[in-house]
Formats: sequence, C-alpha cells, structure tokens
Amino acid sequence: MNVQVDLTKPPLPGSVISVRHLSLKYGRGATGVLALSDISFSMADGEFIAVVGPSGCGKSTLLKVLAGLLPQTEGEVDLNGTPIRGPRRDIGVVFQTPVLFPWRTVLGNVMLPADVQGLDQEKMRRRALELIGMVGLGGFEQRYPRELSGGMQQRVGIVRALIHDPAILLMDEPFGALDAMTRENMNVELQRIWMERRKTVLFITHSTVEAVFLADRVIVLTPRPGKIGDEFSVELPRPRKLSVMNTEPFGAYVRRVRTALNPGGGGMD
Amino acid sequence: MSRGPGSFALRLLFIAALLGAWEWAVFYFQTPAYIVPAPSKIAYAMYNGIVTNLYVGHIGATISETLLGFVVGCALAFMLGTVVALSRTVEYYLYPIIIMFQAMPKVALVPLILVWFGLGLTSKVISAALVAFFPLMVNTIVGLHSADEDRVNLMRSLSASRWQIFRMLQLPNAMPYIFAGLEIAMIFALIGAIVAELISSERGLGMLMQSMSFTMDVAGQFSILFILSILGLILNGLVTLARRKVLFWDTSRDADASQQTSTSGEVL
Repeated sequence: MNVQVDLTKPPLPGSVISVRHLSLKYGRGATGVLALSDISFSMADGEFIAVVGPSGCGKSTLLKVLAGLLPQTEGEVDLNGTPIRGPRRDIGVVFQTPVLFPWRTVLGNVMLPADVQGLDQEKMRRRALELIGMVGLGGFEQRYPRELSGGMQQRVGIVRALIHDPAILLMDEPFGALDAMTRENMNVELQRIWMERRKTVLFITHSTVEAVFLADRVIVLTPRPGKIGDEFSVELPRPRKLSVMNTEPFGAYVRRVRTALNPGGGGMD
Repeated sequence: MSRGPGSFALRLLFIAALLGAWEWAVFYFQTPAYIVPAPSKIAYAMYNGIVTNLYVGHIGATISETLLGFVVGCALAFMLGTVVALSRTVEYYLYPIIIMFQAMPKVALVPLILVWFGLGLTSKVISAALVAFFPLMVNTIVGLHSADEDRVNLMRSLSASRWQIFRMLQLPNAMPYIFAGLEIAMIFALIGAIVAELISSERGLGMLMQSMSFTMDVAGQFSILFILSILGLILNGLVTLARRKVLFWDTSRDADASQQTSTSGEVL
C-alpha cells in the first residue's frame, strides 16, 4: 500500500516546497500529543496538491507549519530553497471561513496584503480590480462583506490571497462552510483560476471527491498521529467538468483514497 | 419601533392619560404640594424658571462639567485599557487593582474629591471623569481582546507587525465595544457631575436642586428632574449619532450594544 518515493534525498531542483521528515508535537514530554509524524513530500512549481484526511488528522496543523504560524518539532520545511521560520510574504493563505474585515469594502479586503506589506498602491489597485473581475465580482468592489453571499465572500478571500503574487497558495478547507452545490461550483471556479494563474496550490480538504476533482496529486493523511497513508497522481485531463465525477477512472481514484483512509475496509465487521 | 401609523398618537395619549391620573390623584387625596406636586404645578414651576432665566446658567455648568469629565475620563480609560489589553505584564499587575476599583461605588469617593479639589469646576470634572472611566476601560479591554483568532492568523500570515495588527484589526474590531462603553460613560459622567453638585457646589442643576430642597420647592425639583432626563437623552443621542457614522459596517449594532452594556455591569 505504501507508494514510497525515496524521500531521503535532497529536494529536487525546481521544487517550490520541500518538506522532509516533518514532525510536530503539541505539548512537551510524555503528555505531548504527536500531531504530525515523519511527513515528507515536495511540490513542483505550478502543481496542485490536495491533502485529504479525516477531522483531527493534522491537516490544518500541516498548513499552519507551512504558513509559518506554527514551528515544527522536527524536520525541515523549505520554500524556494530557504527554510520557513515564521510568516513569509511569499505565501498566501485561504482559511476555512472567508475571514473578511467587515469594515473594509471588497476592494479594501483584497488590498489588505498590499496595505500590510506596503506595496505600490496604484499597481496593486489595478491588479485587485482585475482579480475581482476574474472571479466574477466586477461591480461589487465598493460593497461590504455583509452584502455578499457565502460563496462570493470566499471568492474575495481567494483573490485576497493572490493579490501580492505569492509563490504558493495554502488553502485550508476553503469551501467547507458552503452548501454542496455552491461548493461544486466553487471547485470549478477554483480550477479555472488555477489554470489561468498557474499558482502552486496546497489544498486541504476532508472531501475525497473534492481532492480528486481538483488535484494533480493527492496526499492521503491518516490520523493519530498524522502520517502519509498514500500518495498518487490524478491523471484526468483538464479542464475537468463536474461530470467527470461520474466516470469510472474518477471513481477508482476516490476508492483509492477511501482504502487508504480505512485499511480495515471501514464500517462494522 | 412604531408598529403602525396610529401608534405614535396612541403613545402620546397614554402619557397624557398617566399625567391626567396623576393630576386627579393629587387633587382627590389632597396630597400637599411639598410631598408630591401635581403635573400642572410642575409645569408652572418650569415656566417660572424659564421666564426668570433660572436654569440656563446652571444647565450650562452641568453640561460643561459632564462633557469635560467625559472627555478626560474616556481619554484616560482608552489609553489605560489599550495598555492593559496589549501588555500581559501591565495586565498582571494592574488587574487586581482594577477589580477592586470596579467593585467600589465610585460616587463614594466624591466627598474626598471635593476636599482635595475644592468646590469649583475641577472637582466636578474629576468626579464625572472617575465615574465615566470604568465602563469605557473595561469595554476597551474586552473589545481589543475580542479579535477573531482566524483574523489574527491572517494578519500574522501576511507578516503584519504588532502595530499593524493593532491598527488594522484590533482597533476597528473593538469599535462596537468602545462605542457601547462611550454610551454608558456619557450617562455616567452626568451622574458623577450631579452627585458632586448635590454634595457641595456653587453652580449646576444638582446645586439648584439642593437649594430647592431647603425651601421645600418640590415642584421645582421635579422640573429639574425633567430637565436632567432631557439632558441625558440629548447627550446619549450625540454618542449614538457618532456611532451610526463610525460603525456603519456593524450589522448587529443594536443587539450588540445592549449585550455589551450588560457585560460591563458597573458600580457607580
């Protein structure tokens, strides 16, 4: 079941993210809880990786380490060849909820990273307007978040993570709070944005279908402690339509994820 | 709140009926005017006071004491609240003192303030500031601490400095709490000023009320109560107006404000 690549060798040249033997423990000593154990993988430039696993498997912890919000206990994490030792300006994060500031307009929210990092206002404003148009929110620039639907708010959250042109986009179950239909539409939308911008994306989800639909490569994380249970490439042509979910190859990938998550077959004997 | 075009008229009618019942009860029970005066007597006292220009100077004195006390008290409360909210060390050492002061009825300090600062404007301003101080300080601390963890993480992930997190996130996020505190502080400042005037003063509505009490002018005292209530409404309205301007984005405004008001249960 273990598809092991030789991960002991140094990071591949051209890889944007390189994670080697990453472990993270909450608390110290015997009472400490091991949240992540010996995680190794790398991401090529422009690659879309989905990390799928059940609640509590440490997916969000992994993302926090990559975002520099949480220091790892062991192992190394490199972004473009330099170790991540704290928050970095070349990372964009999309959270589970849109995390918009209600006192800022749509444009103001998208401009937040530019304001924080003191980037060229005029240039960033043009870019923000272009990105807002790209996700179909043209005309809503001066609206406030409370005037938008949940799906529209999350699109603002995604565009905000792109404004400062980060080297990598980290997405932590960004569509988890949306209803099933909006969620599928957002998946199609995200694929379109990704194909236009070709950002390197690490996408955390607990939905096997979402993972297979979006990703070039799927990493399955099994819980307690979070370990890589399986890792495989999804060879489905792009752009993928929602109808691809009904095809046999798609079903096979989903079954593979399910098998990795439930080694005993799942359910009661 | 009106539930229909007729409800405002009904409301006026209800108040008129209450006043009528009051008038009738005073007449029927032959209540002496030095205990409970009839509304007509109060209105007459009010009219007399207005034509003899009795109130204006005193209203002016009370308003200036209240507003000065409000500004001084709120400025200090905001600064100290911010320092306490941002520094764990300061919070650790000041917290017990804050709790003790909060539990103490602040108006009990007013006689001391009068001894220390005399009978003039200063003692009234300090008294008003002292009473106004705590609700705003508590709300400032709570508001600055209330920033959502995800939002803080977002700011951190953008490598925001501590000052940027304060300016761009914590402060705007605290504004609903701060305005709820300001609304209470305004009314509290009026209370602080009036209490100081009642105890000892040369001017002001509280002093006027005290002197009327010596001459058993109960109708006059009622007329001042009425003026004070109008004054409180106007002062509170000013803060509410400012809040509507600043907090246009706060959708939960009224429900929130009343909630926050009740959380800062204060001892005057």
